Amino acid sequence: MLDGRGSLKRRLGARLWLSGTWLGIMALLALFAPLISPHDPLAQDLFAGRLPPFWLSGSDSAYLLGTDSLGRDVLSRLIHGARIAFSVALLAGLATAFVGSTLGLLAGYMRGWVDIVISRLVDIWMAFPPVLFAILLIAVLGTGLTSIIIAIVVIDWTRFCRVVRAEAMNQSAMDYVSSAIVAGRPRRDILWREILPNVLPTIVVLSTLEMGIAVIVEAILSFVNLSISTDAPTWGGMIAEGRTSIHQAWWVLAFPLGVLFLTVLSFSQFGEGLKDRFDPVLR
Amino acid sequence: MSAFLTVNNLSAALHGFDQRVLRSVSFSIDTGEVLGLVGESGAGKSMIGKAILGILPSAIEIVEGEILLDGQDLQKMKPADRRRLIGATAALIPQDPLTALNPSRRIEPQITNRLVDILGWTKSDARGRAMELLNEVHIDNPERVMASYPHELSGGMRQRVLIASAFAANPKLVIADEPTTALDVTVQKQILRLIRELQTRHSTAMVFVTHDLGVVSKVCQRLSVLYGGKIVENSSVPDFFEGPKHAYSRALLAATPKYNDPDASLLPVDEAVIEAVAAEVLAADKEWRHGG
Repeated sequence: MLDGRGSLKRRLGARLWLSGTWLGIMALLALFAPLISPHDPLAQDLFAGRLPPFWLSGSDSAYLLGTDSLGRDVLSRLIHGARIAFSVALLAGLATAFVGSTLGLLAGYMRGWVDIVISRLVDIWMAFPPVLFAILLIAVLGTGLTSIIIAIVVIDWTRFCRVVRAEAMNQSAMDYVSSAIVAGRPRRDILWREILPNVLPTIVVLSTLEMGIAVIVEAILSFVNLSISTDAPTWGGMIAEGRTSIHQAWWVLAFPLGVLFLTVLSFSQFGEGLKDRFDPVLR
Repeated sequence: MSAFLTVNNLSAALHGFDQRVLRSVSFSIDTGEVLGLVGESGAGKSMIGKAILGILPSAIEIVEGEILLDGQDLQKMKPADRRRLIGATAALIPQDPLTALNPSRRIEPQITNRLVDILGWTKSDARGRAMELLNEVHIDNPERVMASYPHELSGGMRQRVLIASAFAANPKLVIADEPTTALDVTVQKQILRLIRELQTRHSTAMVFVTHDLGVVSKVCQRLSVLYGGKIVENSSVPDFFEGPKHAYSRALLAATPKYNDPDASLLPVDEAVIEAVAAEVLAADKEWRHGG
């Protein structure tokens, strides 16, 4: 008899560690933003405009990462930006996962007309260019956090739907599903207890990827000024503002860009790491 | 007494096609009897089992005939009632033990689900029954096996679990779909003995699907030879091995490897015989089309 339990525990791996740590730090910053940030992210001080970060000459130790052209503290804005980015990532990521996975599971498991309706809907949906679709939606819904989240869910549920549908179909064809049918178990029970647990790892991995995408979408919308109110400290908004003064104050652009890049990368790497870990075939 | 399972003139076809995959199949099994379904790959052996249990792939539908399980016509029942009847009286021993257990659930609920949810047993009764059955299939430490995930067990162990699971609810009919094909030869023998043992003890009616005539001679009392979804010969096992009536059956028997004479063992079925039996099947199709 095989007794491989102990040896099957694998180490977390650098990928999960690094990305997890970064995401953890960002999440903490987001959670405790008002306590941590040294300044009010909206407070302007026109006499302290475009101060460089602490290691350059002419810096002010009160503004560790410098200030933008209106004299707002870059560090504080970054921290509060994390709050917005993570709210969007979590809420939009989970809501998208829920909507897309539910429809995908139904289509893949029930087949028949349910599958036809949902799949055609996905096909039609995917024919829209996503960024234009988002801008259109925001224009209709108005700006604000809720609108952004709704826009992301409405655009991206298809991503989940397709993958989850395929996976549910795969699992439905397995012998253990046949056995459950022969055992006379109700269909809902089979979907819930036989198929869903095997599709769940896929959903978890996709969700983390989706969170990265949500962060990007939010940044894009902020960049084109369609996110929250104009002066709200969003990473995308900071990048847009920093762009205009890149020759005088590169730090206003560089810091949010770097943080955004690392966060999105971490989400996708975290997802990949989880996939390796949860893949039942590798397990 | 009347047969426990009767299949009458059963035909199945690919959805939307005129081509049948099961061609007017008829047979019956009494309680405690084992019927072997023999044929080459693609002959429709497994399809018959799946048709009986209501797990045909969605692309294939039953186009005519009746399946009487314990006197009730499955085709005429409401789907929900049919599932309940099958759940209470029939069970499946699947072909591939590697995919027949849910990889993300422990063994225990996979055996006891049917008992608790469908038959209304208490959890502890079901657990006791599962232990008893794992003992019956000669698993030494049932507690540990029940707490394991499928990937922690070997193929032979998993097949034992599946057999235990199949017999858990005292089924009156078990369909064994090539239960030993995915296992290596040494394990095959143990598993066969086990199935036979449980079948005798519970006097279960059994359909044993296989391509191995050696297995049939050990397990079954009667057998049906299939070609192209049509039964070409029904026979008792002793009669069959003494002298099969149909030319295709004779050729199939002759193609069985003989361990004492390895050089003569790789005898393919004669082309002419195949052509003859194929023609027979097509003729039957023609007749069927004109009749229907």
